[in-house]
Amino acid sequence: MKVPRHILLLFMMLFAICSSGEAATNESTTKEVDVRKVIFEHVKDSYEWHITTIGEKHISISLPVILYSGNSGWHLFSSSVFHDTEVYNGFTVAHEGDYEGKIVEVDEAGNMSRPALDLSVTKNALAVFVSSLLLVVVMLYVARWYRRHDATKEAPRGFVGIMEMLVTMVLDDVVKPNVGPKYRKYAPYLLTVFFFIFLTNLLGLLPIFPGGANVTGNIAVTLALALCTFIAVNFFGNKEYYKEIFWPDVPTWLKVPVPLMPLIEIFGMFVKPFALTIRLFANILAGHTALLAFVCIIFVTMSVNSYIGSGMTVVSVFFTIFMNCLELLVAFIQAFVFTMLSSVFIGLSQPEHHGKAH
Amino acid sequence: MSFLLPETGLLFWMLLAFGVVFFILYKYAFPAILSSIDERKKFIDDALKNAQEANEKLARIEQQGNALIKAAQEEQARILKEAVSTRDRLLKEAHEKALDESEKIMAETRRLVQQEKENAIREMRTQVAELSLSIAEKVLRKELSGDERQEAFTREMLDEAFEKENSAE
Repeated sequence: MKVPRHILLLFMMLFAICSSGEAATNESTTKEVDVRKVIFEHVKDSYEWHITTIGEKHISISLPVILYSGNSGWHLFSSSVFHDTEVYNGFTVAHEGDYEGKIVEVDEAGNMSRPALDLSVTKNALAVFVSSLLLVVVMLYVARWYRRHDATKEAPRGFVGIMEMLVTMVLDDVVKPNVGPKYRKYAPYLLTVFFFIFLTNLLGLLPIFPGGANVTGNIAVTLALALCTFIAVNFFGNKEYYKEIFWPDVPTWLKVPVPLMPLIEIFGMFVKPFALTIRLFANILAGHTALLAFVCIIFVTMSVNSYIGSGMTVVSVFFTIFMNCLELLVAFIQAFVFTMLSSVFIGLSQPEHHGKAH
Repeated sequence: MSFLLPETGLLFWMLLAFGVVFFILYKYAFPAILSSIDERKKFIDDALKNAQEANEKLARIEQQGNALIKAAQEEQARILKEAVSTRDRLLKEAHEKALDESEKIMAETRRLVQQEKENAIREMRTQVAELSLSIAEKVLRKELSGDERQEAFTREMLDEAFEKENSAE
């Protein structure tokens, strides 16, 4: 009996809030909610970290802009300059076109072009620093526990215990079976990748600063991670691995005179990191987009009708909570999958004897 | 499409940050963690193996103890049985010996009695002979006149003597 009464109360409160806020919503109905713009602003990188808006006041963190232009050399300034002026030193933030949201150089004729090098510490770069710092602090804290305790006398509890569980899980379930006998050499890299992605995914799910940035849903970030795996695979692959690429065990006419199989193998070398890049990027981006879309339902329906809006709010909150739980799962799964695929690729670069590994 | 184009700046910062993180963790965090985990795993494995060995040893010792107890019980039973049989044998022997002894004593007694009897008879015979001689002497001395009567008398006397002897026997 208790539960229905609570739900009833909730509904009554919702309607009370809606009727009191009706005047305000009626006023804003003239403003169309541009869902696409809202979502894109959230999931895309930007030159400042917008935290919230109270009334008309934007609260955001200004970030350093570092540019190298072929015409005017190096530039370093804060992104807050664009609050006051549209164009600063010949640079501006494009509002539309191919470079939407990016800093562009404007010449006298009004033509826009990207500066030769844009090393600005953007929102995502700052988020990367935040998760890097957090990861280093966390792992050093965990490592300190192990330095101060005799591992044979006691097992860690609490947070360190959870970390040990994760480390052991990644080692035993992912690294050891996939990489093979030389797993110890690659374990630190794969563990770093796992914890970096997992932590960054989790931070991305936090709604406010320093979380909320769509870091692992940015292709540059996932590409960087995939590049590291590419290096680990190809720079430390053994002879057998390169023999299988350039002189695979197939009928000779497939290799000479047209190197068909080697071409496919070389193509495969680059497809692997590409797959890593896209799968992580697309999964996280989709998760963020879906979450934001569910939140936007509230504003879209509110702008149509406050009663439908209040009803949809319940649905939207329910779905948002559901999506958040799902994204928690995805945060872990994607970190796990990235680590596992990296392990598999590294394992493939360590064939033991010809014909045995395949 | 802008989503699919990686930004050079972010790529640079990401590679830098990730590289630094990896280096720090590789240098300072993971060696301690991994070696501790390995050490503990090895310790636990060893402990488990030791425990199993100890269990086996314990089971073996228990088995040995049980075997010892069983052997002791068998020994006990055997000794008891032996004791009983020894007792029985001793008793029997004693009994037999006693019987032998008594028989021997009886035989000796019988022999002595027989001897005594024979002695007595012999003595009696000599006495009878002496008696008869004295009687004969008396008769001869007293009456040598009436022969017939004397003879009859002598005979009677002798018969009487013999009768006596026989009845005594």
